[in-house]
Amino acid sequence: MTAPGMTTGVGPITLGGMRPGRVIGLVGAGVIVALTITGPDLVGYDPARQNLRAVLAPPGTAGHLLGTDHLGRDMAARILGGAQLTLGLAALAVGTAAAFGVSLGMLAGWRGGWTDRLLGAFADGVLALPGLLLVMLLAAIRPDSWWTLYAGLSLTLWVEFFRVARQRARVLTAGEAVQAAELLGLGRWHIVRRHLWPDLAQQVLTLAAFGGATVVTALATLGFISVGLRPPTPEWGVMMSELLPSWRSAPWAIAAPILALATTVLCLRLIAGEETEA
Amino acid sequence: MTTAMARAARWTIRPAAAQSLGGLILGRLIQALIVALVVGVVGFAMLESLPGDAAYRIAAGRYGHDMVSAAAAEQVRAELGLDRPSWVRLLAWVGHLLTFDLGQTAVTGERVVDAIAHQLGHSVLLAALAVGLALLIATPIGVMAGLNPGGLFDRITGVAAILLRATPAFLLGVVLILLIAVRMRAAPAAGHAHGASAFLPALTLGLVLASVLTRVIRNAVVRTVSSEAFQFARHKGLSTGAALWRHGARNAAAPVVAYLGVQTALLLEGVVVVESVFAWPGIGHALTHAVFERDVTMLQGTALALGLSFVLLSFLIDLACRAIDPRTRG
Repeated sequence: MTAPGMTTGVGPITLGGMRPGRVIGLVGAGVIVALTITGPDLVGYDPARQNLRAVLAPPGTAGHLLGTDHLGRDMAARILGGAQLTLGLAALAVGTAAAFGVSLGMLAGWRGGWTDRLLGAFADGVLALPGLLLVMLLAAIRPDSWWTLYAGLSLTLWVEFFRVARQRARVLTAGEAVQAAELLGLGRWHIVRRHLWPDLAQQVLTLAAFGGATVVTALATLGFISVGLRPPTPEWGVMMSELLPSWRSAPWAIAAPILALATTVLCLRLIAGEETEA
Repeated sequence: MTTAMARAARWTIRPAAAQSLGGLILGRLIQALIVALVVGVVGFAMLESLPGDAAYRIAAGRYGHDMVSAAAAEQVRAELGLDRPSWVRLLAWVGHLLTFDLGQTAVTGERVVDAIAHQLGHSVLLAALAVGLALLIATPIGVMAGLNPGGLFDRITGVAAILLRATPAFLLGVVLILLIAVRMRAAPAAGHAHGASAFLPALTLGLVLASVLTRVIRNAVVRTVSSEAFQFARHKGLSTGAALWRHGARNAAAPVVAYLGVQTALLLEGVVVVESVFAWPGIGHALTHAVFERDVTMLQGTALALGLSFVLLSFLIDLACRAIDPRTRG
């Protein structure tokens, strides 16, 4: 669709061929990742260490950059601890989903027949329930478990990679380039590397950014409604539910995880782009 | 483009395009069976994984931790048949399910079917209000933005939609509670006291849905306005409004209904999240509680009800798409 004005966004300006939204998202995500890798060491506090004599201290008091929470724990350290937890889970879940989704999708699209039908039926089965519901059900089996959340989120995310990879592989392996490569006796790995992956890479990045936003949102949501990770884990959603009662005396305390969550999700979604582009 | 297609295909078992009605029904029936199977298996995996003796745990939930005795636990065990092997209990649950008997909640002893019937009404009300609010917000904004693509209004609402869509539903709820309910004392923050208490949860969910819907409507309007039929209608003297109504409404309705189909998952997830945040006594709130309290029968009942609503909604959207767009009738 290239009707006038169909590409929504800020304007026709592009930097190095990228949408300005994606550039902003990538820069923001870069800063967030750098802060995350440094982690709580950056502020020199342990996110679990309490100090009941300095409860709900405002930002800047006694070296607490973002103040302290209702148990006197350093907010900056907890935000960064939460970032490590959240982004670590997002990277692993999306990585697992992409690896399984793309490789199984290529396999299904290439081989066709029963392989395609069986894998397709499994993908449809995962989609029978809304993703968050499936993760919640799995979280019910083992509450407060990082591994359950990781497994549930990877399980719901792989389908999207699978669908895209299968559809492209179907088209590409029937095309002349791949046929010629096969006739030349070039191996399967060569075809994957030279013909399938270059075509898919861009879409996989987009899907990965969307998937990352989904994981970050889901983790905080489940934590906030107390069916995900539980206190005292420094997780953004858990922190918000802990700090909501004291929002009046310490609005800055609850603002910190809110801003951290909103910025992270926004950056990931800016990298991904708009859902309605068609 | 493929991304959008993948996302559109994400929550439908099969695309509605060019499929016979029989095939459509069969696909949704299979989906309903998968939902029941997943819910059943999860419930029993949960029972198996719980530490300690289930009979003692349920007795503690019913009578309080101080009142649990071996006799009470044995009574619970006999009543719920907990001494049978787990696969027998799984089969018994499926058997009961076929007669719409979902058992009793382990904690209060209330019949799950009654509890769910009560909660489902609240959830349907919330969802209907949210969809209504979303259409009410998104339609005028989308049409105005679409009539002048690239204009100032279009750009501002475009950026606002991106920001809103990036905000998780529960976060939007928290911000609305802090801004409206607490600061202005305008609406009740949580609970279900009177009619006004539906406003904040419905607005939260409505805004989540409206963020993308605005852009879908806007794109549909842009496409319609640039079509030849619309230009001809304008040239023959119809006003913009009349031409939009005659040529735009149906063309724009197809992607909007299709997108509502994609959003059924978003809607159901939103119902669970928003109800939990606002303590709205619907089925999503009950599910969260069941997960937290590890009430297996209640968890299975609520998850099943939510899952089957998802299947039913998707099916209704399929039918609506066929009714609006004749091309999808196979």
